[in-house]
Amino acid sequence: MTNKTVLHAKHLESGAKMVDFYGWEMPINYGSQIEEHHAVRTDAGMFDVSHMTIVDVQGNDAQKFLRRLVINDVAKLATPGKALYTGMCNEEGGVIDDLIIYYFSETNYRLVVNSATREKDLAWMSKQSEGFDITITERPEFGMIAVQGPEAKAKVANLLTPAEIVAVEGMKPFYGVQVGDLFIATTGYTGEDGYEIIVPDSAAEDFWQKLLKVGVKPCGLGARDTLRLEAGMNLYGLDMDESVSPLAANMAWTISWEPEERNFIGREVIAAQRAAGDQPKLVGLVLEEKGVLRSHQKVVTEFGDGEITSGTFSPTLEHSVALARVPRSVKVGDTVEVEMRKKLVKVQVTKPSFVRNGKKVF
Amino acid sequence: MSNIPSELKYVTSHEWVRNEGDGTVTVGITEHAQGLLGDMVFVELPEVGEAVSTGDDICVAESVKAASDIYAPVSGEIVEVNEELEDSPELVNSDAFGDGWLFKIKLDDAGELDDLLDAEGYANSIDED
Repeated sequence: MTNKTVLHAKHLESGAKMVDFYGWEMPINYGSQIEEHHAVRTDAGMFDVSHMTIVDVQGNDAQKFLRRLVINDVAKLATPGKALYTGMCNEEGGVIDDLIIYYFSETNYRLVVNSATREKDLAWMSKQSEGFDITITERPEFGMIAVQGPEAKAKVANLLTPAEIVAVEGMKPFYGVQVGDLFIATTGYTGEDGYEIIVPDSAAEDFWQKLLKVGVKPCGLGARDTLRLEAGMNLYGLDMDESVSPLAANMAWTISWEPEERNFIGREVIAAQRAAGDQPKLVGLVLEEKGVLRSHQKVVTEFGDGEITSGTFSPTLEHSVALARVPRSVKVGDTVEVEMRKKLVKVQVTKPSFVRNGKKVF
Repeated sequence: MSNIPSELKYVTSHEWVRNEGDGTVTVGITEHAQGLLGDMVFVELPEVGEAVSTGDDICVAESVKAASDIYAPVSGEIVEVNEELEDSPELVNSDAFGDGWLFKIKLDDAGELDDLLDAEGYANSIDED
């Protein structure tokens, strides 16, 4: 059975090419993925991300539960609306999913998790919630639209009431605020300025149409992937999964080791890996000559082999970039080789981030 | 259903072949194929003068999505390649049957053209995909 988002008909109206994405029929592009990519880097584009799973965690033990569930520490969140990116690991220290947590109060949080992992995430959370005084509520009655790009906020402002404009004015990155029917967050998956907006199903089509009217370009999953890869953001299932430590997926920064007594799931294993210093790491690779780096290609280094976890052609840089998991001794600035179509091709090792706010960053 | 011009010949691997009537054919990939591949980013063309046999992989089309081999639809010698594609690979997307052509082959045996699919045959082969 294929799921359709509340915006399905709007995609067809805009001439979208639809594909199956983990059980959801989603737009891959509306003609040209590269044009959509450029729209987000230079102007404003929008993505239907209604397939993503919204989960509210509420109750007396909400904070206590999340301090156990995820590798970052929600106790660091002190300002209502502040968001936190982190991972949820199993007892073996493997990444079950990455997610964003919005803090409203110590008894009220909103989680946004991947749609591809929805069932196992919900099952895991439910299992771990035993003994905690909380409720876990999925919120499927909302659509979600990401509006991204240097002109995104200005274009969205055309659709907002004066009260809503006041509410989002001067919002720092990584915050979310409920204003009337809309939950507006300064988050995204492109490396550009913009919002992710949660809107009731009943208002979603109208909101999408109004965005079209103010010149926001509809963008599909294809552009979403090249944008996130340029920004060096992980994609669950490619760059990490349950067999991968957060230390090997450029997610060490999302772990809070202090306070020491916080016993998050997977801590023991990940702490031992950290002490041993033997985990591989996720780096960026850049190929300036012809060719496109792709997932699962072998990376050959003097310290042993690695693997490309995701690779693509970067429309902004006009050459290929990739994320790759390689032995920890490989350093930024090194030259390594990638096996492409039976040939070894030299590539440069960079930090796992290539483009931010329209500019090259390596 | 995408456009499949009736004056061209086809191969199930999605190449089209136009008989130029002078012993040479022009080869490209179909509109259907470019749609499957998505935006083209590089096209690695064969060398002019290269001798090719039917079914050889002689060219690589790299799109945002995947690298795809392009096969020689007939045997012969490569007499020209579309150099425009070096800087504008997107021509394969915007004009698959025209400016997005890939290469020209001087036929070893014009009889080989009879073995290729006509538009209807190709349309049926896509339906089976």
